[in-house]
Amino acid sequence: MSSRKDIKVNPGAKTTKTQEMVYEMKVCDVMTTDVITVQAKDRMSSLRDLFRKNRISGVPVLDGERPVGLVSLEDFIKWLADKQDDCPTEEKMTGEVVYVYQDEPLVLAISSFERSGLGRFPVIDGDTGRLVGILTKGDVIEGLLKKLEIDYQDKETRSDRPRPLFTDLEADDKTLTFQYAVKGHDLKQAGTSSSRLKRTLSRLGMHPDVVRRVVIASYEAEMNLVIFTEGGNIRTRIREGEVLVQVEDSGPGIFDVKKALEPGYSTAPDWVRKLGFGAGMGLVNIRKCADRFDIWSRPGRGTVLKATFFTDEDSYETGRLGKYARSGSGISHGKPQKRGDRRLCKRPA
Amino acid sequence: MTLDEARKILQAEVIVGSQLQDINVDVGCGADLMSDVLAFAKTGALLLTGLTNLQVVRTGEMANIVGICFVRGKRPPQETIELARENALPLLATELRMFESCGRLYRNGLRGCSERTG
Repeated sequence: MSSRKDIKVNPGAKTTKTQEMVYEMKVCDVMTTDVITVQAKDRMSSLRDLFRKNRISGVPVLDGERPVGLVSLEDFIKWLADKQDDCPTEEKMTGEVVYVYQDEPLVLAISSFERSGLGRFPVIDGDTGRLVGILTKGDVIEGLLKKLEIDYQDKETRSDRPRPLFTDLEADDKTLTFQYAVKGHDLKQAGTSSSRLKRTLSRLGMHPDVVRRVVIASYEAEMNLVIFTEGGNIRTRIREGEVLVQVEDSGPGIFDVKKALEPGYSTAPDWVRKLGFGAGMGLVNIRKCADRFDIWSRPGRGTVLKATFFTDEDSYETGRLGKYARSGSGISHGKPQKRGDRRLCKRPA
Repeated sequence: MTLDEARKILQAEVIVGSQLQDINVDVGCGADLMSDVLAFAKTGALLLTGLTNLQVVRTGEMANIVGICFVRGKRPPQETIELARENALPLLATELRMFESCGRLYRNGLRGCSERTG
């Protein structure tokens, strides 16, 4: 064991408050809900006033309530320049639009901005397919600033509280975060992140049983990243009493999360099975190891998996017993969330 | 039993960890599916497997396996051996099949991982 290289906590691996927020927040927390739209049958000429009055550079096109495309200022100018007929917007719109889901973790939407180079995404409700908002980079920045302010005020108020809670606040500040980047399809490296995580947790003096549960889950998730994605991140947040493992990637997403959580259900190709994986036990194992489990996934958008592990002896015991009752199905699958999350979907006035 | 006792029972050869043969083996686990090892093996288990790739050693590391014995005469590739050395995880190899290997160890008192672990 002594031959191993010493683990150094890379300063670059630390996550900032902002990074942490983009993992916690959802698209609906920051999007603009008051969206200006046009109908597919509306004439191109109607856009002139719309763009000018509202000072916008693009507008979603609806067919009834269903979003079918996007007309940008550029499309409009091109139409003007070509002196074409006053045709319906649906003929000039961009039909292949990248949508984001309202309950999608903000981190995925941000990576979409980076990847696509686009300036705005229509936001749709995963269940109804209806347009519920629009998301621009400005919305993201504004949302983060607001949230920072809220967090700040939150802390201010809390520090006014009497002493017993004051210790809680301190505990809350004792947060360690590690991040590991996992490369897709790199079989030689597969498992190195979880291996490093194991050493780090052991060095922090965490109970070996807890370490084992955390790293088994993180290793299964790491294998999923290697097998199915172009790569992703494993973030680990250690707080008093719990370890949170968040695994995120931006593609290809899980087609049927409910099925993927059934033991033995697998979409893995044969080469994966030769490695001793791909038998449809990965997510099942992760859920079994964790005290709390949550997964969000959409085809084409990516997957965010969160597994929480209690580290106290006490909560460790109750956590193991009560975990199924408390964690529910643990599936988000782009659907409106349970109570707590739905509350978040309302924009602060 | 110790790892060395298990080695004798399996008529196995030591590939990695000749100095670690007095390690105590609490239970045994036989599987070619690594997810099953992760789900069902117990801390302190000896893993019997026909799989020889890197992931076997990684799985052993995560699941607190104390030794791995390759069955059916399989020999691991160099990268597997190196990773096992790095992790101080003993590797053995036996000509016996999986069923015989498990049977012999069980007959000699090594228990299984039938209790659910996490």
